[in-house]
Amino acid sequence: MHPSKACRRQHNDLVHPEVIDVIIAVVKAVVVLLAVVVCGALLSFIERRLLGWWQDRYGPNRVGPFGMFQIAADMLKMFFKEDWNPPFVDRMIFTLAPVVAMSALLIAFVIIPITPTWGVADLNIGLLFFFAMAGLSVYAVLFAGWSSNNKYALLGSLRASAQTVSYEVFMGLALMGVVVQVGSFNMRDIVEYQAQNLWFIIPQFFGFCTFFIAGVAVTHRHPFDQPEAEQELADGYHIEYAGMKWGMFFVGEYIGIILVSALLVTLFFGGWHGPFDLLPQVPFLWFALKTGFFIMLFILLRASIPRPRYDQVMDFSWKFCLPLTLLNLLVTAAIVLLNTPAVAAQ
Amino acid sequence: MNNLPYVLAVEKLAGIKVPQKVDTIRVMLAEFFRITSHLLFLGTYIQDVGAMTPVFFTFTDRQRAYTVIEAITGFRLHPAWYRIGGVAHDLPRGWDKLVKDFVEWLPKRLDEYEKAALKNSILKGRTIGVAQYNTKEALAWGVTGAGLRATGLDFDLRKARPYSGYENFEFEVPLAHNGDAYDRCMVRVEEMRQSIRIIDQCLRNMPEGPYKADHPLTTPPPKERTLQHIETLITHFLQVSWGPVMPANESFQMIEATKGINSYYLTSDGGTMSYRTRIRTPSYPHLQQIPSVIRGSMVADLIAYLGSIDFVMADVDR
Repeated sequence: MHPSKACRRQHNDLVHPEVIDVIIAVVKAVVVLLAVVVCGALLSFIERRLLGWWQDRYGPNRVGPFGMFQIAADMLKMFFKEDWNPPFVDRMIFTLAPVVAMSALLIAFVIIPITPTWGVADLNIGLLFFFAMAGLSVYAVLFAGWSSNNKYALLGSLRASAQTVSYEVFMGLALMGVVVQVGSFNMRDIVEYQAQNLWFIIPQFFGFCTFFIAGVAVTHRHPFDQPEAEQELADGYHIEYAGMKWGMFFVGEYIGIILVSALLVTLFFGGWHGPFDLLPQVPFLWFALKTGFFIMLFILLRASIPRPRYDQVMDFSWKFCLPLTLLNLLVTAAIVLLNTPAVAAQ
Repeated sequence: MNNLPYVLAVEKLAGIKVPQKVDTIRVMLAEFFRITSHLLFLGTYIQDVGAMTPVFFTFTDRQRAYTVIEAITGFRLHPAWYRIGGVAHDLPRGWDKLVKDFVEWLPKRLDEYEKAALKNSILKGRTIGVAQYNTKEALAWGVTGAGLRATGLDFDLRKARPYSGYENFEFEVPLAHNGDAYDRCMVRVEEMRQSIRIIDQCLRNMPEGPYKADHPLTTPPPKERTLQHIETLITHFLQVSWGPVMPANESFQMIEATKGINSYYLTSDGGTMSYRTRIRTPSYPHLQQIPSVIRGSMVADLIAYLGSIDFVMADVDR
């Protein structure tokens, strides 16, 4: 073959429609994940303002209009802080922990279908992928607590691992009701099923309640912030962190909030669909509105209730939530089996 | 209010009988300080148990109380406004309006805290039965104040050994019976309601009259007659240039302060300074008791316990 011909062929390969699809998908993925990180960072400002509003004070209102540039100021500060490692820490694991904290939940975001056309990955094991990543995220806290060589950090991480393990048990089970009804782990299937039938908030109400609780626990948000417990453990597992490493924990927590809110919307509130099929032209708006609502709920929870003691948290998980999810799953399964035509069952 | 026992002890020593108005003003301000102290306690206690919001609301209330205190005394936290034989100034014009506003404001807020925060089942779960001790242990460790009354012992100095005219006021001593962290808090909340009652009585029955005793040892001593009467002039000169010359004797006064019993034991050798001053503050015994109460509990319980003691380090370090 003439060399120039081969060259042209290669050229044709590059503009091949499949290659373009891949490039578009990659760009979309990068855009979505970057947007999540940016939203996570912005949430710190939003949370502070909301808390201020609910608590009879102003919150940050000096930098820029309504204090909107506070986040820029905070980030500048954080970037220029000395990236200091205490001499007594286990360097490698100490550095790894914040990376895991931020990336595990960020990667879990790939399964979220944002609109019919946007979303990072359409995995047929969607939900299972989220469980896997949520399971990994506990390592961030464990690593941080262990490598810090600090008793408060260690106590915090012990609490975190026990709490995450017990809450993950029923977090999975809470969603099995949804999976049983849809018959698929795929997030898009779940959204479609809800559009055709009811939103799962009604048939799977107990599943929603327990998953919400587990979601709060897995992101270590108040009232399940046992690993941090400011008053008791002086911030727990990230007590030895400073600068950008601490910032990654911080953003990681907000990413967790966004992720759990987005999951709640996708699994129980019809994803990008509006109520009663209103305004199907703006799927992103619906998704963002509903996710925003749950993010606010997370912040409101933090503002309003005290923190239960550690053993009470465990009691609540094993003695109340777990039986409830099991019952919910059993009842759902029974109903699904009853409704299945006998022929299909055979 | 923590300089009240000192002032009262010196007055005993000097034999000063203060006018009724002074007593009433002192009682009113003492109850204001009790309320500000208990509000601080309430906010930080709930925060120690993990709820972050109420502390901001109690600080708003404290601010309202300080508006009144500042208008009357000219200062906020430690006005040092009680003087030997009286108070530094008369009540300003319009004080009654300010006090009335506060008396109407606070009870509603207290009801709200009780409903929103103190009846919360998480808070109850964290504090009921936590860091419990009985009356006998409390007395053995020298616990006073709300921590003692939460065990069921009805001992409030304002009733038991009234000072500064407390015997003229109608109020109840709130009690609880379990002696745990929750009860210590509820006793204090109820005490705030009783303080409001006392302030309300002061407001309605403020006597007329001078705000200082007519006695040469009053600080600053009365000056009106100094230009007519040589003996008065000499005494005035001595009192102002040296300080009040106290007769050689000793005296003791306890008061029911915000955190427990606060007392001063003074010995005078006939000079202008106390020869020896012994201050007994409530917080040190309260901290001493911690290990015996909390041993075997969880870290989280210790925090709830610390929150329920209501101590300040300045009150501990003597």
